Amino acid sequence: MDEVSTIAGKVQRVKDHWPGILAIILTLIAWHCYAIFLIRNRFLLPGPVDVFFAFIALLQKGVLLSDFRVSLIHFAIGLGGALLIGIPIGIVMGWNSRMDAFLNPIIEILRPIPPLAWIPFAIIWFGFTPVSAGFVIFMGAVFPILINTYTGFRGVSRIFVEAGRMLGCTRTRDQIRYIAFPAALPSVISGIRIATGVGWMCLVAAELFGVSNNGLGKDLWFFYDLHQMDSVVVYMILLGLIGLVIDMIFRYYIEGRFLKWRTGEVA
Amino acid sequence: MADRGGGVMGKLEIRNLSKAFPREDGSSLVVLDNISLEVQDKEFVCILGSSGCGKTTLLRMIAGLDSAESGSIVLDGEKMKGTDARVGMVFQEYSLFPWRSVIDNIAFGLEMQGMTKDDRYRLAERYLKLVNLTQFRDSYPSELSGGMRQRVAVARALALDPVLLLMDEPFGALDAQTRNMLQKELLEIWEATKKTVVFITHSVDEAVFLSDRIIVLTPRPGRICQVFPVDLSRPRDRTSPAFAQVRREVLDLINLNCSIQ
Repeated sequence: MDEVSTIAGKVQRVKDHWPGILAIILTLIAWHCYAIFLIRNRFLLPGPVDVFFAFIALLQKGVLLSDFRVSLIHFAIGLGGALLIGIPIGIVMGWNSRMDAFLNPIIEILRPIPPLAWIPFAIIWFGFTPVSAGFVIFMGAVFPILINTYTGFRGVSRIFVEAGRMLGCTRTRDQIRYIAFPAALPSVISGIRIATGVGWMCLVAAELFGVSNNGLGKDLWFFYDLHQMDSVVVYMILLGLIGLVIDMIFRYYIEGRFLKWRTGEVA
Repeated sequence: MADRGGGVMGKLEIRNLSKAFPREDGSSLVVLDNISLEVQDKEFVCILGSSGCGKTTLLRMIAGLDSAESGSIVLDGEKMKGTDARVGMVFQEYSLFPWRSVIDNIAFGLEMQGMTKDDRYRLAERYLKLVNLTQFRDSYPSELSGGMRQRVAVARALALDPVLLLMDEPFGALDAQTRNMLQKELLEIWEATKKTVVFITHSVDEAVFLSDRIIVLTPRPGRICQVFPVDLSRPRDRTSPAFAQVRREVLDLINLNCSIQ
């Protein structure tokens, strides 16, 4: 019974996804034909076969893995810092309207500055270190987290706080921990998800502009200087795929684990 | 001071309670005017009034969620300031924490008291059984019907073993059939636990079915218009002639004395 149902499930899954798979295959073929028969210039447009062999070569040299590791460190520093700073400030502003009035102007002035505009100061303050690239990512990631935490706390229904008070949850610290934070969590998590996307884009730019000596973005630039465009495409695809995986982790793992209670609440 | 150990528990005295809300033009809107009221230990009292008569405000003040302008609220000889562990409340809106399962909702108050997980689950399960929802122990509120949610809310309030249970139109949003069923269940729980209950409603039928005494409020400003003892024996049958008779008396009384001017 089980066996049959899993096989049926697999067949169903293939059925659900085949248009998408077909589109990818068609795109690869079109790309291949365009590059081989029309452009006929591996510098201007490397074909999928060139890219595949470049990928194998890079993998054998071991650069891909070390680049991946370095970039992940940059990303972790930036996102970690953004969580550490963004969530507490968002909580304070969302919970206390006086703090909101106090901090809001500063936030509103800093927020529209493009994260990449911080690159010069990142270099001056932190030199060519992982912290430097992390700082640029931090500037991109901190505001979505802060703003969403703030909005989430603002939206906490009064009835929950009052119900909590009737049940002996009267200290501010407990009200934040046991009521406001879980109530605001969906908003906080969607803020983190936006932040990972923005942060990932900042990461590539930060490395590109020389804030780091290594990393996926940095080596993408390096191979451009060598005019090895097939390797550049390898890095492009890799960056896209990693971004996708990070987003998938959020969509399926984090939301499934922490926002289980929302299934059925939002249609 | 209250004699805590034995005897009287859950006696509520409200003396000369008034409440006004400030209006934008600087004047104030009197919501409750000089309310004095005594609720005996283990008594079931309904406060009946049309919407806007300040009955919810009155209950919120007893709960300690709103402050009084003047007057005092005394429970078992002890003047109440702010929310109080001896008072439980069931709200009109769904107030269950949607991120907590049913059992964790019921155990919330016990958790706040610092009780260990095993102890609070053991206790919460008893109240879960009391409201007949044992099989929904690990469900989330979003998976429950409106009636079930309010039963969980009752269990959650009772889990802290309050002497006084406040209920603000808890069945107002439910359909008539569910409502009747929950009224019956509530009376069974009340018989079993013997709490003092103050129950807000705008339904005469509900008030007659549930209460020992009905307190009718006039609207704007809220004043006590009439106190009506319900002398029907329990369990009550809402189709009986005696029940209909009492209901008619209450309605006549409201129309005669307590209607909106």
